[in-house]
Amino acid sequence: MPLSYFLGLSAIMFTIGVLGVILRRNALVIFMSLELMFNAANLVFVTYASYYQVLTGQIFVFFIMAVAAAEVAVGLALMVAIFRTKHSIDIDQMSSLKG
Amino acid sequence: MLLQETVMNSTFQLVPLVVLLPLLGILLNWLFGKRLGEKGIGSIASLAAGGSFVISVLLALALLQNHEGARVPLFTWISIGTFDLSWAFRVDTLAVTMMLVVSGVGTLIHIYSIGYMHEDVRHQGDPDRFRRFFIFLNLFIAAMMILVSADNFLVLFVGWEGVGLCSYLLIGFWFEKGEGGLGNAKAAKKAFTVNRIGDFGLLIAIFLIFWNFGTLNFGEVFAMVPAVAEGQPGLLMAITLFMLLGVTGKSAQIPLYVWLPDAMAGPTPVSALIHAATMVTAGVYLMVRSQVMYMAAPAAQEVVAWVGALTALFAGFIALGQFDIKKVLAYSTISQLGFMVAAVGLGAEVAAMFHLTTHAFFKALLFLSAGSVILGMEHGLEAGNHGHSGHHDDPQDMRNMGAIRKKMPVTFVVYLIGALALAGIAPFAGFFSKDEILVAANQGNMAIFIVLVAAAFLTAFYMGRQVLMVFFGDARTDAAKHAKESSLLVTMPLMILALLSVLGGALNLPGMHTLEHWLEETLIITHPAEFIVPIAVGSLVVALVALLLAYLVYGRKPLANAKAADPLAKRLGVIFRWMNQKFMVDELYQAVVIGPYHKLADFFANPVDLGVIDGVVNGLGSLTTSFAGMLRKLQTGFARTYALSIFAGLILILVYILTRI
Repeated sequence: MPLSYFLGLSAIMFTIGVLGVILRRNALVIFMSLELMFNAANLVFVTYASYYQVLTGQIFVFFIMAVAAAEVAVGLALMVAIFRTKHSIDIDQMSSLKG
Repeated sequence: MLLQETVMNSTFQLVPLVVLLPLLGILLNWLFGKRLGEKGIGSIASLAAGGSFVISVLLALALLQNHEGARVPLFTWISIGTFDLSWAFRVDTLAVTMMLVVSGVGTLIHIYSIGYMHEDVRHQGDPDRFRRFFIFLNLFIAAMMILVSADNFLVLFVGWEGVGLCSYLLIGFWFEKGEGGLGNAKAAKKAFTVNRIGDFGLLIAIFLIFWNFGTLNFGEVFAMVPAVAEGQPGLLMAITLFMLLGVTGKSAQIPLYVWLPDAMAGPTPVSALIHAATMVTAGVYLMVRSQVMYMAAPAAQEVVAWVGALTALFAGFIALGQFDIKKVLAYSTISQLGFMVAAVGLGAEVAAMFHLTTHAFFKALLFLSAGSVILGMEHGLEAGNHGHSGHHDDPQDMRNMGAIRKKMPVTFVVYLIGALALAGIAPFAGFFSKDEILVAANQGNMAIFIVLVAAAFLTAFYMGRQVLMVFFGDARTDAAKHAKESSLLVTMPLMILALLSVLGGALNLPGMHTLEHWLEETLIITHPAEFIVPIAVGSLVVALVALLLAYLVYGRKPLANAKAADPLAKRLGVIFRWMNQKFMVDELYQAVVIGPYHKLADFFANPVDLGVIDGVVNGLGSLTTSFAGMLRKLQTGFARTYALSIFAGLILILVYILTRI
């Protein structure tokens, strides 16, 4: 399969992620969109790792997955805290730093 | 011989003590004064001043054997490149003469103050201020000693400013009293401000000396004067005239004399010590010290002589029209300082120093006696006020006095001695010293001679007027009726000063000229003193005629009551009113200098400072605020907006990187 298929899929995933972050107000959905962007990046890594036959890209993906898991743990904890004070996880309610 | 030499040198080494002892007095009174009580505070301060006097006497005795004197360096003050300035004391006959006058008269006034301030702090209602008074007084002695013992112009300037500060502090001693609760503070401020104008002149003179001579030490500067005078004749003229400006400030000469009469707001011992006997003579001392420079600038000498002579006459006229007992003496002081300045201008430095010394005796005596009279009047005021309250006569107004001689005999006798000495009646001290100045004027400049004789006539006349108004006639108020003689602590220094006023002429008696021989070790004597009988007799006759005239006007028919007009007012009419109002000089200065100055200051304060400068600063501030107001709209608080801007930025960077290749 040509390389451009993989890259195209990655680009589509990344764009969906970006649009999700920008357009959705539900914090959980935003999180999922972020994960989508991570995975779009991961896909590019593995694509090129396989294309050039080097292992570095593969290893990088593992690192990204580990970091993403940690980030999700922190993010979900934050969300629980937010929910406790605001009784909502609508991200637009978190606008008290408005200038 | 060698042994004797070392003994003498070690005497000269004592000279820093004349400054350090008063400072020690300050320290002791500062730390322990509160526990010691009035007697203790007064004793410490008097002993400190007295110690200075003893040291001065020792120095004088050492100088008798070793005429050369000495220069005693204490420490290096400023050392920049080749310019080296040390804090050094100068022991020579001129400096020691001033030290003796300052510490001698100063000690007597300290003792007098113990008695006077005891009454005064109670009369004014703040006994705690007793200690502060003596600390200021000792500080003054220390500063004055720095001034007269300095070996260079800069150390002299330190003392010069120090005495100015003490003058300010002591004029405003009762700073919350006076006219409208501000009178004394205003008087102090006026003295300080006017003196700053003079000090500006002295500073310019010192800068010029530093720039052109490269040193400030008296010895080196004076040695270079002839060479410099040959090269730059205008320079010495400028230096001496700027110095004269400083002298007119400190020694109360035309045009800067206006602060001295107001300075009478201070307690009477202060008027005696600072504003009659010592500080105001600092200007005369400075000019005598810088004699060599004035000799190299004859035109400046001419100016000096005229400033002095005109001041002597002008202040004499004003003194004639005053009713406040201390104001009369204040204008008299200005007038007598005019005599001294004129003497320096005429090249008769010894006569100036002679008159300075005798004037210190009898003017201190007159002021202190006036203080004694005021104490007596205040006492009478309190005693007389038991019956009817609310009625308050000014205890310093001579119209409220009369017949004091019966109530205060000791004060009367010493006052009379002081007045006769000031009037120039032989054989009192003032006769000899004033006569020497008149002789110098007679030989030097006839016009100045005539002006000075007229001033001497006025001196005798206003002193006669004052003595007759205060001590003779009938008691015109209850206060005068109930006046009481002051305590021995007050009258004792008066008696000593009276003795000095009688015998002071012996310092430079015709034929012996002790003072002249003493000072010729330090000064260049251009006009040896002469005793010219016609002039001496003439000046005596002038003084006697003036006294007789005063008797005819004020003695035969004394003022009937405190409200009666001055007899002179009827005869002189508008002229007397002018004299009484001090020829409107204060008002003139107000209109010509102070008013426009205030307007200018107001212009800078309001349109310039508030308008332009504050406008720029506030404008920048509000510009930043409004700009920030626009920027803050970007901070929406919505995380999604921030995310969008991050992506937009990312895209912009990507576009930039991609299109650049």
